[in-house]
Amino acid sequence: MSAQTPINPDSVNVILATDCGSTTTKAIMIERVDGVYRQTHRGEAPTTVEEPFANVTVGVINALTEIQEVSGRRLIDDDGVIIRPASGDEGCDIYISTSSAGGGLQMMVAGVVREMTAASAKRAALGAGAIVMDTIAANDRRRPHEQIQRIRELRPDMVLISGGTDGGDTKKVTEIAELIAPAKPRPRFGKSYELPIIFAGNTDARPEIDRVFGSGGFDLKITDNLRPSLEREHLGPARDMIHDVFLEHVMAHAPGYDTLMSITDAPIMPTPGAVGDILQTIARGRGINAVGVDIGGATTDVFSVFDGTFNRTVSANLGMSYSISNVCAEATMPSILRWVHIDMNERELRNRVKNKMIRPTTIPQSLEALIFEQAVAREALRLAYLQHKEFATTLKGVQQQRTVGDTFSQESGGETIVDNMKLDLLVASGGVLSHAPRMHQTAMLLIDAFEPEGITELAKDSIFMMPHLGVLSSVHPRAAMEVFERDCLIYLGTCVAPKGSGKPGRPCFSWSLDSGARGSGELAFGEITVVELGEDETAELEAKPARGFDLGAGPGKTVSRTVRGGTVGLILDARGRELSLPEDPEHCRQAVSGVIDAVDLYPEAVPPGEGSAD
Amino acid sequence: MAKAYTPGLKVAASTAYQAHRVLPIPGTLRVAAGDVVEADTIVAETFMDGDITPLNVANLLSAQPGDIPQLMLKQEGDAVEKDEPIARNKGVFGMFKSECKAPASGTLETISKATGQVMIRGESIPVQVKAFLPGKVTEVLPEEGVVIENQVTLIQGIFGVGGETSGPIAMACDRHDQRLEASMVDESMQGAIVVGGARVTSEAIARAREVGVAAVVSGGIDDADLKDILGYDLGVAITGTERIGLTVIITEGFGDISMARRTHDLLKARSGDSASVNGATQIRAGVMRPEILIPVGDAGVSDSTGSTESGVLELGTPVRVIRDPYFGLIGTVASLPEAPQVLGSGSKSRVLEVSLETGEVVTVPRANVELIET
Repeated sequence: MSAQTPINPDSVNVILATDCGSTTTKAIMIERVDGVYRQTHRGEAPTTVEEPFANVTVGVINALTEIQEVSGRRLIDDDGVIIRPASGDEGCDIYISTSSAGGGLQMMVAGVVREMTAASAKRAALGAGAIVMDTIAANDRRRPHEQIQRIRELRPDMVLISGGTDGGDTKKVTEIAELIAPAKPRPRFGKSYELPIIFAGNTDARPEIDRVFGSGGFDLKITDNLRPSLEREHLGPARDMIHDVFLEHVMAHAPGYDTLMSITDAPIMPTPGAVGDILQTIARGRGINAVGVDIGGATTDVFSVFDGTFNRTVSANLGMSYSISNVCAEATMPSILRWVHIDMNERELRNRVKNKMIRPTTIPQSLEALIFEQAVAREALRLAYLQHKEFATTLKGVQQQRTVGDTFSQESGGETIVDNMKLDLLVASGGVLSHAPRMHQTAMLLIDAFEPEGITELAKDSIFMMPHLGVLSSVHPRAAMEVFERDCLIYLGTCVAPKGSGKPGRPCFSWSLDSGARGSGELAFGEITVVELGEDETAELEAKPARGFDLGAGPGKTVSRTVRGGTVGLILDARGRELSLPEDPEHCRQAVSGVIDAVDLYPEAVPPGEGSAD
Repeated sequence: MAKAYTPGLKVAASTAYQAHRVLPIPGTLRVAAGDVVEADTIVAETFMDGDITPLNVANLLSAQPGDIPQLMLKQEGDAVEKDEPIARNKGVFGMFKSECKAPASGTLETISKATGQVMIRGESIPVQVKAFLPGKVTEVLPEEGVVIENQVTLIQGIFGVGGETSGPIAMACDRHDQRLEASMVDESMQGAIVVGGARVTSEAIARAREVGVAAVVSGGIDDADLKDILGYDLGVAITGTERIGLTVIITEGFGDISMARRTHDLLKARSGDSASVNGATQIRAGVMRPEILIPVGDAGVSDSTGSTESGVLELGTPVRVIRDPYFGLIGTVASLPEAPQVLGSGSKSRVLEVSLETGEVVTVPRANVELIET
């Protein structure tokens, strides 16, 4: 079957999808069972981008072969080719893939004003699934020769330049281009690679940009201005151009990708770009606000959709293995240890953190090690979300009409659009969240780090299937949606948490489920409890916050809502928002111990001596 | 010198080693296939484009960008000296002319009519690649570099800081489990690769730097000591460019941990011989570990006893536990249960039983051991 031939959705019965990560290639098989698409089998194999294989398709075929073995369905023929189309118990109809192997897509972006066009360019690059190595702007507080020095040090896959609104000044954006061209940033893929430059700035500046980069060594691509006016951000064409260049240049230079591209039925997408796509599809489809997080060994990605606006951030050095030491450095050890309720030796912990950094594939064996790792994860997630909130803002530089009523408000554009009270769904993925031994731990990691307010559903990506479904949504949206709802997400339950603060022991909120038929009660400030509500169950919640507390309807106002259960259930959290732990270490430890007991977070006591045998 | 990540580190008494020595950009080779080179022989060199210094002449002369070409005293391609006038405005009635001086020496590369910006390109920067490993040039990569081959004693460390250096091996610790203290480092070790045993203290490294030691190799280091040495808390293990006056290589990990006996014995056996070491570590996709290379030459080291690079876990295979609660302990595989087991953390994982040197048998996740050769 030739690549990317038109697909008739109705004739699709078997779909194969792979995600080629830096270390592992994960494959899933989706089959139509009784008229509904379900994810049925999975396989994985080491990614083979590096020597001695230096061919990504080897890992892909290995991962698919594992599915072949467990499913009993013949997928690969004797020549090592994927059998298409499906017939009987052989082959598949669609094969698609995402990729983040070899460090993913690495970009440098530039704009004139850091908070305006440069911020928009960064949003476009991140939304396309890139890692942004640096953002150059005329006002980035570096002197021109320092900017040039920085550009020379970087080895990006491509550069995105924006700047100027259409019809506005062309000089500033040309100046930025004039810094980049002579700096001659060296591409990652060696001397034969012409560095792609995407220009998405003031349309009037195009002739000058053409002149600046026309001298050779660059492959200039021009697309629509991503900030045609200060009031409008138009990221679509720039994002599409990034994807095109990613396929044409970056992927084509990665080992074995030419073959991989020729066998997929849809363009290969950068993994985070695909995750963003599926989250947007779901948020749009259900009419909700959603946040997704993927915490890996090196980086943490946060995706959000609020009122239809999508944002993605990559916290490049917040991760649980390669970057764990950086998390400890940024968060500081006291912040991490506030989540720990048992005695730990700080010097020993610091050495353990470094040992995890240099041997990233090890896993916690003792409960003590798990408790510490989850404490680090809370801080990594908290910091990543903070960065996301700072980035996901309304457009800066927009002139706003102000009324007399606005006179005393300080808002001038650039406020975060992330509103935890409006958040409906929080989705977790990544090793430390997905592989936590108990779902309760995953739920509490999310609650402690993200501090959802009001009523929020919590879920986790069962086997990190969101990238696969993101690409699938571009060729077969129905299959993507059905698998997402049925197999991708595991619902943990719903968190109910009023905003506000009070004195410990004073009333916070009262609640009843199905008019009391499934329970009712009252929580004092500082308490937390879990009410059983099964995976496929819903119930009518009525919750009345005490004075000064808000569950979304306003301070003290009752909220009635259908809530969804899950593997954990309904988590009633009266610890207040913002969540603050006592400063005094002993009081903090008591508070954390109380939460751990109430939620039954670590049912096993730490066996004596465990974790101290170093 | 990058190596694919394997669960075990390579430690070999004698192995054929190929050093790929390549330039970052195309250049000229200084050696030919078959040549015998020393560690400090320059094998290839090139010139990188010089630094760029931008200067907005239009702003400085309060002129329109479009007028700048007429105001320039120097043209594109001209050589300029630092502080030499390169542009001058017309002044008022020919008076009060102001000048613009070159902020750096180099060549005037571009003059922009659109922005009034000029670019001065500095002198080309020479880039040289040394052989690093003494040996024979076995392959020439035109315009790029060479491959040098030699039979070496090879020891990969787990982590290092500092770049390439070379010198004779000098033993500071006689035993593999002996801590490397400042008092064990003396002036005779100047320029040497000093080998410790267990943990090296920050005082010992400070002393080594004082006497001009080229590199320190030891079993472990404390995180706090590393922070002392670097002056900052290392966040991500991508190292090799630190300028701390010497190279440090750790063979086992962080904390109080002894160097593997075999590694120590190998280094001891090569005491006095010249070694090439590189502390550069990169723990990301395409893992790179620090390395110690000691050409075998006429040293009469017996031929390869096999390497410890990744292999199959079998009963009796020597392993090192690389995570708490048994971190650093050494033993042999006692059994390999098929079914996953529930760990103390509550996670389910495939495990193995390790018979420790003390005789105790412990259960450990398979992900938490690495192969070693005793």
